[in-house]
Amino acid sequence: MRDRIWIVAGLAVFVALITAPFWRARRDVGDLAKLPVLTLPANQTQCVAPVAYMRASHMKLLMAWRYQVVREDERKYVAFNGKVYQKNLTETCLGCHNKEQFCDRCHAYAGVPSPYCWSCHNQPQAGASAVSAAALQPQAQPAPGARRSPDRLLSRMSGWPVSPVPRRAQ
Amino acid sequence: MKITRKDFLRLTGLSFLAAGTIEATHAIAGRSAAQESAPRKETPSQTVRWGMVVDLRKCRKDSGCDACIQACDSAHNIPQFSNPKHQVKWIWTQPYETVFPFIQNGYAEQTDAGIQVPLMCNHCADPPCVRVCPTQATWKRADGIVMMDWHRCIGCRYCMAACPYGSRSFNWLDPRPHIPHINPDFPTRTKGVVEKCNFCEERLAQGQRPACVDACPEKALVFGNLADPNSEPRQLLRERFAVQREPELGTGPSVYYLV
Repeated sequence: MRDRIWIVAGLAVFVALITAPFWRARRDVGDLAKLPVLTLPANQTQCVAPVAYMRASHMKLLMAWRYQVVREDERKYVAFNGKVYQKNLTETCLGCHNKEQFCDRCHAYAGVPSPYCWSCHNQPQAGASAVSAAALQPQAQPAPGARRSPDRLLSRMSGWPVSPVPRRAQ
Repeated sequence: MKITRKDFLRLTGLSFLAAGTIEATHAIAGRSAAQESAPRKETPSQTVRWGMVVDLRKCRKDSGCDACIQACDSAHNIPQFSNPKHQVKWIWTQPYETVFPFIQNGYAEQTDAGIQVPLMCNHCADPPCVRVCPTQATWKRADGIVMMDWHRCIGCRYCMAACPYGSRSFNWLDPRPHIPHINPDFPTRTKGVVEKCNFCEERLAQGQRPACVDACPEKALVFGNLADPNSEPRQLLRERFAVQREPELGTGPSVYYLV
């Protein structure tokens, strides 16, 4: 019974370690029961595919676009409703969606590391993205070439906590 | 019926010979029949082969001009490193005598020495970089452009070793902080990939000419379809004497220089 203190301490450490991811997520994302609030594009009502498909399979669509544009030189995408889009992440996707307020919020909530798209692909210049996003960004755009800290900027503006997303390949 | 050993061996030998003759006859007849019936596979003649002709007489007029390089740098987000070991180049210049050493005859230097020759990826007909790439991150398109898929490049730099023209550069550092002004329409590259001139395939897709060609104030760079006998570069190649870089290597460069 002299070892009781060690056993209890060991158990406490074990429980803390086992539950660490939950605590970290709680610290980084906040209330996990609350779904992330996404800023939807103000200028469009329909994405290139139905919402359910985009929610589940946007990564597959992006990979298909990537392959078709780079390797097969096919740049036009005919959507389910017959509308024709350019297969272009910066122009088409980010032309409506704001990376910080759309992509990053959900990725942070789901604990899916931000893909390395952004180490090469650019965000469109200010003005091209959603109107509502512009209203949320009173700060001047950082100078080109300067390191952006979108997460901190975002958290300051919208109360959304700093993204825990680890940045790969940067 | 009694059969002697000698007869047995003779019969066996004859049977084998007969069987062999039949097989051989069938094989020969069958092969020639197959050759006649099957249509000869014709290699599809290439309808587009992008190429460039650089008129050095026009280029040398404006020595010190780097409009083509500037245009390429800003169109393709090419980083500017002060350390030459980190340099990334898509189009660059080198002195005439180092580019075409075989034209040196002892007197040519008087006129040509010091001329800066614009150089870029030759988009070879038989590109050695493509042959060595282990991931097919670089390949030759049907229109002759040697493309790169930066998503797939693992940075092994085999292609750089294979390219006899030094057309490929490696990103030793993250290029983004070293790009003076990022053009959002074209992706930057990331640390650890190889890059090179892509003949502005993104502009060709929109029906535009390469950025360097449009930027040249002297119209010294002429871009067009080498497979079309009436195209601008082909007309120039008919009229003037043109050289390729190191043609003896058999790579078949698509960039020609009018000297």
